[in-house]
Amino acid sequence: MSRLESAKALDEWRRSLRASRCAGRRICVCGGPGCLAAGSADVHRALVAASQKASFAVDVCLDVVRTGCQGLCQQGVLVTLQPQGTLYCAVQPDDAEEIVDAFLQGRAVERLLYRDRARSVEDVQDVPFYLRQEKHVLARCGLIDPYSLDDYVVQGGYEGLARALCLESETVLERIVRARLRGRGGGGFPAGRKWEACRRASGDPKYVLANGDEGDPGAFMDRSLMEGDPHSLLEGMVIGAYAIGASKGFIYVRNEYPLAVKTLQRALEAAREKGLLGKDVLGSGFSFDVEVCRGGGAFVCGESTALMASIEGRPGTPRVKYIRSSERGLWESPTVLNNVETWANVPLILSRGVDWFLSLGTEGSPGTKVFSLVGKVKNTGLVEVPMGMTLREIIFDVGGGMPKGRRFKAVQTGGPSGGCLPEASLDLPVDFDSLNEAGSIMGSGGMIVMDDRTCMVDVARYFVSFLVEESCGKCTPCREGLRQMKTILDDLSSGRGRPGDAELLRSLAENLRDTALCGLGQSAANPVLSTLRYFPEEYAEHEAGFCRSGVCRDLFRFVVDGDSCRGCGLCASTCPVGAVSGEKGRAHVIDQDRCIRCGKCCEACIFEAIVVGEVTS
Amino acid sequence: MDRDALGAILEVYDREERFLLPILQDIQERFRHLPREALTETARYLAVPESRVFAVATFYKAFSFTPKGRKPIKVCMGTACHLRGASTLLEELERELDLSVGKTTSDGQFSLETVNCLGACALAPVFTVEDRVYGKAEGRLAEILERERKS
Repeated sequence: MSRLESAKALDEWRRSLRASRCAGRRICVCGGPGCLAAGSADVHRALVAASQKASFAVDVCLDVVRTGCQGLCQQGVLVTLQPQGTLYCAVQPDDAEEIVDAFLQGRAVERLLYRDRARSVEDVQDVPFYLRQEKHVLARCGLIDPYSLDDYVVQGGYEGLARALCLESETVLERIVRARLRGRGGGGFPAGRKWEACRRASGDPKYVLANGDEGDPGAFMDRSLMEGDPHSLLEGMVIGAYAIGASKGFIYVRNEYPLAVKTLQRALEAAREKGLLGKDVLGSGFSFDVEVCRGGGAFVCGESTALMASIEGRPGTPRVKYIRSSERGLWESPTVLNNVETWANVPLILSRGVDWFLSLGTEGSPGTKVFSLVGKVKNTGLVEVPMGMTLREIIFDVGGGMPKGRRFKAVQTGGPSGGCLPEASLDLPVDFDSLNEAGSIMGSGGMIVMDDRTCMVDVARYFVSFLVEESCGKCTPCREGLRQMKTILDDLSSGRGRPGDAELLRSLAENLRDTALCGLGQSAANPVLSTLRYFPEEYAEHEAGFCRSGVCRDLFRFVVDGDSCRGCGLCASTCPVGAVSGEKGRAHVIDQDRCIRCGKCCEACIFEAIVVGEVTS
Repeated sequence: MDRDALGAILEVYDREERFLLPILQDIQERFRHLPREALTETARYLAVPESRVFAVATFYKAFSFTPKGRKPIKVCMGTACHLRGASTLLEELERELDLSVGKTTSDGQFSLETVNCLGACALAPVFTVEDRVYGKAEGRLAEILERERKS
């Protein structure tokens, strides 16, 4: 295929692609992280084979494509049929022939449909998980083949870029400012203001960077975008570079995401070949190119100045930001760094307009936000909702609420830099400002749901331990403060807690927040401060040597509640160390000397007869 | 150390300091660790002090100075996995392999390490052997490892 020399040529190409598509019948196999882990490669192979076999018999054209994340990871492997939008769940390779046959006959395979209580749901849009979502940034993710530029263009891709190049670069910038697009990486800084500062700054060349170093545990939004719809990121970056006057861009991708690197590299090549990237983009005279950089496995490199140091080939330690990166960033040049999701919003603002963007979300935080909803929730997955939706709606309507028999305790947003919010905060609208006020942050979009079997002191200890490992060691409050906090939290969760520990922890955390050098350290106190604020009773209990959630192993024991136990024996057969015994039909007993407190019996019991008790000496 | 293999890695890159990280990544991938000589050679190739190469090599988690196993096992320690019992899973793996985190089996087949998040939270707790992902594997560990040993 030849290079596209103008916006008009792109339009014509799009039209001819649309016309040549075979009736649009497609089988989309989800290749998102969750489904890949559940074996989607085998399902894809089986479906390709089955459709080839079928197309010999009947003369039809049936596409089988591997797409990015379709969202409902809990039910993987997911397969969606287009254009009907039929969703199949938990698909196995053996189901392939039946799926293809039914598709050709125009019916659905009943047993693979999503089941909502007793009812099976055929249309993907009617599945409760998708019902309340508004997919714009993720609109193509799960629908297109990420390796295919054609697919992206057919779905309206690069339309935003074509529009931008017809405008003066100032006008493009002005639209982003007017759309009040805020950074999706967590801070929520207005992207337009950053761009403006960089455009005004003197210095050449200028750089645009994409932060794809998604390090928050429990977050896979950017990964899903890079692996599922890489061109949306590229298109956003080209538009940004045009608005700012940058000639070179870098995408910094986390070391653990090899598939994202591969997908992006293919996308770069395809875009260059068509003249959508490189010299003289779409014949406009504007030139810009992008390189992919692999991270080295350091969480701190998600911090902007550390990320730039890493691209320069140095250890990723942050610097003090007396001067903003937009004036002096990568190699001392004016640089704009935005998160992957932020970039992916840019083409939408150009193609669908500022007013459309402002009509989504809230006044202060327009647009949508992508979350990875994980933890103790029924529908684990990737979701996109308008800003301002409440936590309750996201967790209970989209996420389907808690798994059977469990009670909600807290939701953690923002990863190790965020906080834990209790049930009383569930009606908070999710936008940058409300979450900040409540003591958490929006963060990049990890949302982890916790139930009554989650210990909040242990959660704080988990994040602090994580951060101790990831602190770069440059400034003292972070290097030493975190270490001391970890010691106290270790003590609290192993029975060595003392009265006053919680207060000491609070004072250390506040010092860290106020004095650390970079964002990692300043926000590292959040998990501790927010759990102290909302769950003080759990800290008090730990000081006295009790863990009500049954997590800190030295601070509780599992006991059988004789009145509720029916003697079914399920616990005894689940116990890995043979600590539970009893006659069928009679209350069972746990041998405390053998019990390793793994909690498997407690989870297995359907009568809630295994309870957490205090340790008696 | 295979000097030709090292040469082939180096010559792909221009002699610019910014390529230090990708060069070390390629060396790690090829040799499963960073051999001492390779670091010296890299410093000479890029004309940077050896201390600079060591600074980068020790800073990033992706690098190791002792060889990793042919089949690295990575246990996810992400939040979702933590909540669903990742530490118990890790203990069980340590028991089954008679190996502690960060170490490699004496035959060089397996090494055990932890990672922060593999993004497969729906299957938590999760671990990978090479690029094969195993989720919700409680009770099947011995069987999985046995199959991995033979394949």
